[in-house]
Amino acid sequence: MQNTEALKNLCTLVRRDIVRMVHAVNSGHPGGSLGCVEYFVALYKVIMKHDPANFTMDGKNEDLFFLSNGHISPVFYSILARAGYFPVDELKTFRKLNSRLQGHPTTHEGLPGVRVASGSLGQGMSVAVGAALAKKLNKDPHIVYSLHGDGELQEGQIWEAAMYAAGNKVDNLIASVDYNGRQIDGDVEHVLPLGSLKAKFEAFGWHVLENNYGNDLEKVIESLKHAKTFVGKGKPIMILMKTDMGMGVDYMMGTHKWHGSAPNDEQLQLALDQLLVTEGDY
Amino acid sequence: MKKYTYTEKKDTRSGFGAGLSELGKSNPDVVALCADLTGSLKMDAFQKAHPERFFQIGIAEANMIGIAAGLTIGGKIPFTGTFANFSTGRVYDQIRQSIAYSHKNVKICASHAGLTLGEDGATHQILEDIGLMKMLPGMVVINPCDYNQTKAATIAIAKHHGPVYLRFGRPTVPNFTPADQNFEIGKAVMLNEGTDVTIVATGHLVWKAIEAGEKLAEKGISAEIINIHTIKPLDEEAILKSITKTKCVVTAEEHQMHGGLGDSVAQLLSRKLPMPQEFVAVNDSFGESGTPDQLMVKYGLDTSNIVTAVEKVIARKK
Repeated sequence: MQNTEALKNLCTLVRRDIVRMVHAVNSGHPGGSLGCVEYFVALYKVIMKHDPANFTMDGKNEDLFFLSNGHISPVFYSILARAGYFPVDELKTFRKLNSRLQGHPTTHEGLPGVRVASGSLGQGMSVAVGAALAKKLNKDPHIVYSLHGDGELQEGQIWEAAMYAAGNKVDNLIASVDYNGRQIDGDVEHVLPLGSLKAKFEAFGWHVLENNYGNDLEKVIESLKHAKTFVGKGKPIMILMKTDMGMGVDYMMGTHKWHGSAPNDEQLQLALDQLLVTEGDY
Repeated sequence: MKKYTYTEKKDTRSGFGAGLSELGKSNPDVVALCADLTGSLKMDAFQKAHPERFFQIGIAEANMIGIAAGLTIGGKIPFTGTFANFSTGRVYDQIRQSIAYSHKNVKICASHAGLTLGEDGATHQILEDIGLMKMLPGMVVINPCDYNQTKAATIAIAKHHGPVYLRFGRPTVPNFTPADQNFEIGKAVMLNEGTDVTIVATGHLVWKAIEAGEKLAEKGISAEIINIHTIKPLDEEAILKSITKTKCVVTAEEHQMHGGLGDSVAQLLSRKLPMPQEFVAVNDSFGESGTPDQLMVKYGLDTSNIVTAVEKVIARKK
């Protein structure tokens, strides 16, 4: 594990990657990506046991991660590259013709680190449950992680998967919700209220943890470590992780407007001025 | 006309169940998932013999497709089972993204396809599933004709790496193909060589095509009959070879005319060998309640409809 200072610097670097990637192609989803930086850095640099240099689709004898809300591909690609799954330089191909870094993550072009396509929402929890079941059949004690948007929980399939996972004691799964309260058309509470997610997932039979500081790296690491202590205890595990969409770039925060919009040249500079260069950009 | 006989009628879904049972014994990576239709899909033998490899998903087909995709990550070969309607239309986007686009090694096994589901009516009688599935890049689409062929197909698709849609049905139909047949994905089966017309049939319409061939022979018409169990990839070579000789074709299937086997054959002919074609298929209509036999007659999928179509297409030959 790297020291906290280095990890925080990496968070800044990932944020620079995100805004530069979406700026370069004038498309993509910076808001949710920026809000999940700490989660991805914690997961890929501290929590998961994985082998970036020797990626296999089957992922036997290592931890797995599934991104269900595929539109936050910029943060996913950045951390995959920075963790060593593919050259960092490849980030510059994001969303361009003939790239492995498609708008939404996919296995189709063979990008290491991605094990299923996502983008059409609500499907990733089912896939993660299937992968967790395969691990149990293979007597593989490693953990499956998944990330979901809060707006994504409006998809019914999520609740099919939630019901199945609890009913069948899929206790090697740690799901997290990026609970930023915003979606394309506005606040989640206005578009379609989620009610109490804690009560809902508990009623479904999950072990639910809350982390109200999803952009505090140490708190994110702590909550994931805490979640791991419940693996194998008979219940799937859910972390409701409060984040700020757009975190790190002041003008992108507190609004849903940067869900799927890219900054222009001037806005990019404004963003980068807030994200000090701490290591090499791609 | 070559003579075909059978000792008993059997349902194709039981062929699937028998094939799955054999796979359970021979291939430890094969797992099965079902959405509350274990008995209807004849998956109970597998469930009983291999409870640890059987996943009862409940009435949640979208979740079943996703879990199946996930199970492949870890080397499993999942066979999902439910009715054809719930195997395709209900879960199209899940299949598209999590299986087809992600190129997952899932076998989507679908029973009660078409009108012959019978009395449950049009809500359950999907006639669009072949079209839906064949449009997905990389998806193999198979519709075997009888018990033995369905069993052989079930065993064969486990060896194919990639997504497969296997379609079968509920009614008992003549079990006439050999029990020891070698099922080759994408390979047409020549049932009768003839010179006047080619009949290309799939699924339950294959036996009706044989019956039609006998009636046509009595009228002095020599029909070449081809069993197309694999609609995608289509055995273009076999079809073109036959139609080059007979100069016309009738396609027959328990499916909508739009999007079915007939469409695939028409597209092939328009590209490579324009020749008259007639379609025995459901013509842009939903089904309804009734016995399977009544429905096949009412919707124009009976032996006599093939005979009529043959006479019509021969008359169109130049």
